[in-house]
Amino acid sequence: MTYTRTGLTAALAFCATTALAQDSITVAIQLEPPNLDPTGGAAQAIDSVLYANVFEGLTRFDADGAIIRGLAQSWDISDDGLVYTFNLAAGVTFHDGTTMDAEDVKFSLDRARAEDSTNAQKALFEGITDVTVVEPLVVQITLTQPNGNFLFNLAWGDAVIVAPESIDTIASNPIGTGPFTFTDWVQGDRLELTRNPDYWGPAPALASATFRFIADPTAAFAAVMAEDVDAFIGFPAPENLPQFEADPRFQVLVGNTEGETILSTNNKMPPFDDVLVRQAVAHAIDRQAIIDGAMFGLGTPIGTHFAPHHPDYVDLLGNSPYDPERAKELLAEAGFADGFTTTLKLPPPSYARRGGEIIASQLREVGIETEISNVEWAQWIEDVFTNKDFGLSIVSHTEPMDIGIYANPDYYFQYDNPAFQTLMETLNATTDPATRSDLLAQAQTIISEDYVNGYLFELAVATVAKAEIEGLWVNQPTAAVDLTGVSWAN
Amino acid sequence: MNRNLIIGTTLTAVFITLAVWSFVWIPYDIESLDIANKLQTPNSAYLLGTDHFGRDILSMIMMGARTSIAVAFVAVGIGMALGIPLGLLAAARHGSLLDEVIMRGNDLVFAFPSLVIAILITAVFGASATNAIIAIGIFNIPVFARLTRGAALPLWERDFILAARVCGKSAARISVEHILPNITNLMIVQGTIQFSLGILAEAALSYIGLGAQPPTASWGRMLADAQTLVSIAPHTALVPGFAILLMVLGLNLMGDGLRDWLDPRIRVART
Repeated sequence: MTYTRTGLTAALAFCATTALAQDSITVAIQLEPPNLDPTGGAAQAIDSVLYANVFEGLTRFDADGAIIRGLAQSWDISDDGLVYTFNLAAGVTFHDGTTMDAEDVKFSLDRARAEDSTNAQKALFEGITDVTVVEPLVVQITLTQPNGNFLFNLAWGDAVIVAPESIDTIASNPIGTGPFTFTDWVQGDRLELTRNPDYWGPAPALASATFRFIADPTAAFAAVMAEDVDAFIGFPAPENLPQFEADPRFQVLVGNTEGETILSTNNKMPPFDDVLVRQAVAHAIDRQAIIDGAMFGLGTPIGTHFAPHHPDYVDLLGNSPYDPERAKELLAEAGFADGFTTTLKLPPPSYARRGGEIIASQLREVGIETEISNVEWAQWIEDVFTNKDFGLSIVSHTEPMDIGIYANPDYYFQYDNPAFQTLMETLNATTDPATRSDLLAQAQTIISEDYVNGYLFELAVATVAKAEIEGLWVNQPTAAVDLTGVSWAN
Repeated sequence: MNRNLIIGTTLTAVFITLAVWSFVWIPYDIESLDIANKLQTPNSAYLLGTDHFGRDILSMIMMGARTSIAVAFVAVGIGMALGIPLGLLAAARHGSLLDEVIMRGNDLVFAFPSLVIAILITAVFGASATNAIIAIGIFNIPVFARLTRGAALPLWERDFILAARVCGKSAARISVEHILPNITNLMIVQGTIQFSLGILAEAALSYIGLGAQPPTASWGRMLADAQTLVSIAPHTALVPGFAILLMVLGLNLMGDGLRDWLDPRIRVART
């Protein structure tokens, strides 16, 4: 009896708190992070939960993808572009009470670029020769050659500042400098953050936040409809969005991501080693049908591996318009007048599973038969990404500015073009904005005209949130659910 | 004839007709998609509406009936082809070590939840209709083996078997010539029930993506695809759902009806 009464009181108290305060939020995302170390794991979900909330870097992305100040309040770049001097914010402490200073920056960057580093984006730190502590709040980074992307590289979630005192347990108990502290993680269910009272910057409006992980589209729909979650970032079922738009309880935000969704093509596997065959595939694809059929209209067609909202984007859709007759001609020219059979391995997201069925049907029209196999992510990583045992696959490359992957001949689609590799080396060493734009345009054109992959569309991200929530990111310049500016209107 | 048998046979016949008919003609080609016409509610052009790719659902149901029936038919076939001989052998060698081995082997297969092993088989050998057939077929073996042995054992005690033995017939010949004809009724009834379970198992495997792969139509995958569309286009889920329901109901009624009709005791009691 006593138990029941206590439980009831607790329940009532809980209702009262949520009704009055409105300074807590429950946010759902699709995938759960495998661990909580953004500097050690590759999974995007780690950044989704922790970026800007728990961990901060020297610079950071803002909601529009621009690079703004992070822990570094200002910086000087030497005239030759080789030495960066960062002035750090004063009075910054880690959540365990230790102070954040130049030593921690040196430790973090040296750890990330070390030989034995497990950092998923080690390439970001290539070219750093030395990190020097000048004063407690001044740190100097020396590069081997000028790098026009350096401030951008430091903004990534993989380049956040960590403390040597807490590094051993970072994977389960992340200690950062951000406006929220990590409180609890119930694996398979939820992760909780609480406002950091000692935050060095402006205090966030939210006192606490709970992340929930819901991968299944049907469950996601039910959770939002029942108001079990206040916001769903990256809502997985675009077909349900009109219902939320029509419902005054919710707002729907559709923004762009850095996700180039491509028909990945194994460039070393015959017949895809023949550019004519790849071109035929490109002409056989009707992008708009895929966007309408798989994404219910969400997404922007792309003609190369570059985000269309980026100022340096070149519209190359003209290289591969939907033209099945041309595709058949090209196949005949390549010696495959009767078509051929290949594999199409599809990871779980609906852009791949649904898009795959549509592409299979479009390829069949020109005589290419595909054997579809649906694979889970772990199997996709093993079969496609690691062992390169595939003909075609569909995947969204969500890293920002990742055209550089085409310069790596061992990357899973195995594009090996020395001219492109040289171009990328030139680009990395160039800091002049106009020259960089020009080089990026050349790079986009090369891969588009080589038909390396089938370029489908830029993935859109849909956020469904309660109507009263303000300050959520609309776009996803990087995988992040930045809660610093989020508040309730009432 | 009884009512169950008539209703059940009619329902089953409708689906078998649809499946057979699909070889000759279907309203629309389901391999070419027509995104512009997606999610149409049932109308005169598309009798059962269209799905999220603009495919005609009636055509999908017809092609799906073919898949379901083919998978269930072959799976039951595997079960009968291996299960009945094993059961006859166990009954003929009743009490021997061979009998023990066969029956304990059956217990072993029975001990695992069938769907879990089906998932295991398709996960190891890849998802395809063939592997679904094998997975479902394996689980039909002990069903038929046990039933055969159980029905055959009392027969072995009967005088006409004794007569056959006195004539010098071998155990194998007796099994085939005297035991088998006497248990055929049972096998037909059980076969019908197993057939309906096979349809359900195929739908379940396809639903979780381990059955027939696209573009082969399958009722289970139609249901899975329709999952997020239920609230905006209910017909995409209702139609395959009812197809599975009616087909399984039909087979079960037919099985019940057949049992009543074929069982001599019940038939005698009624007349």
